[in-house]
Amino acid sequence: MNEQIKNFWAGVQAEIPLLIGVFPFGMIYGALALNAGLSTAASQLMSSVVFAGSAQFITAQLVHEATPGFVIVLTIAVVNLRHMLYSASLAPYIASLPARWKVLLSYLLTDEAYAPTILHYEKEGATPYAHWFWLGAGFALWFNWQIATALGIFLGASIPDSWSLDFALPLTFIAMVVPVLKNRAAIAAALSAGLVALIASSLPYKLGLILAALVGILIGTILEDRKSSRGIS
Amino acid sequence: MNIWLVMLLGGLITFGMRFSLIYLLAEGRFQVPDTLRKALHYVPPAVLSAIIFPELFLREEALYLSFENTRLLAGLTAIVVAWFSKNTLVTILAGMVALFLLQFFLFPR
Repeated sequence: MNEQIKNFWAGVQAEIPLLIGVFPFGMIYGALALNAGLSTAASQLMSSVVFAGSAQFITAQLVHEATPGFVIVLTIAVVNLRHMLYSASLAPYIASLPARWKVLLSYLLTDEAYAPTILHYEKEGATPYAHWFWLGAGFALWFNWQIATALGIFLGASIPDSWSLDFALPLTFIAMVVPVLKNRAAIAAALSAGLVALIASSLPYKLGLILAALVGILIGTILEDRKSSRGIS
Repeated sequence: MNIWLVMLLGGLITFGMRFSLIYLLAEGRFQVPDTLRKALHYVPPAVLSAIIFPELFLREEALYLSFENTRLLAGLTAIVVAWFSKNTLVTILAGMVALFLLQFFLFPR
């Protein structure tokens, strides 16, 4: 077995435990996107065009609420800002690769591909074929995500409206947000964003959402700064 | 804006963020500012809460605080379950079951 394939498979194997967690999530996305009013084709294609779990769930919810397109795009941008951190963190390891590799690996740079890849680089360093590990982890996730979405769409199509499946979307967000409320700054960010969203709900174009998110982010950041400047972080 | 355009722009922006520093750092031109790094921690709680709160507390853009607000009660149930279980599927299931029970038994229409 040559070095490329060996590294690729090592990446796939490192990704497998993550796939088990991601698969049901992809199915839920497929079922809910369809239920939120996206067409079968749009629900499926979003999984390869956007290829970012939380942004896809949020897009489905916002489409369901008839949010204007530019607000949805803006929200996707805010939600996916964290990918710049992954990009920064992995950049030095692939600085010398040709541009086509950088483009391909960037496309595959999700939360779940980042985790095993950075661990691999930190342990092994930038070995000559380490980018094949990234490719393996990223591709395994990509493939898994497409299948899960398709299966979810298939099952979602047979769920009757009377089940109020649209409510599963906010429930998914609750399941995502509660575990990150680990300190006062995060709780304050969540509460302030929520309250502003209520107060500003009548703003045109659903801009209240963006305003609320920005206020929450600002308050969380300020509180963290205060805490660390008092030296008790 | 139609859904295909939204998706295309959303996809381009997402790719752009993933590619941004892989492209820029290679040329040694950019460092992520510390403030941005900190602020990013608060994106999930802020954005998700900004979506969740109106779903639970509003009906037709008006505050709906009542024991008949089944979505609020089911949502609060899910928050408690999420807190203790830290499990996505269990949380979604608990919230959906709570909503069914409330809608069909306590407040049938």
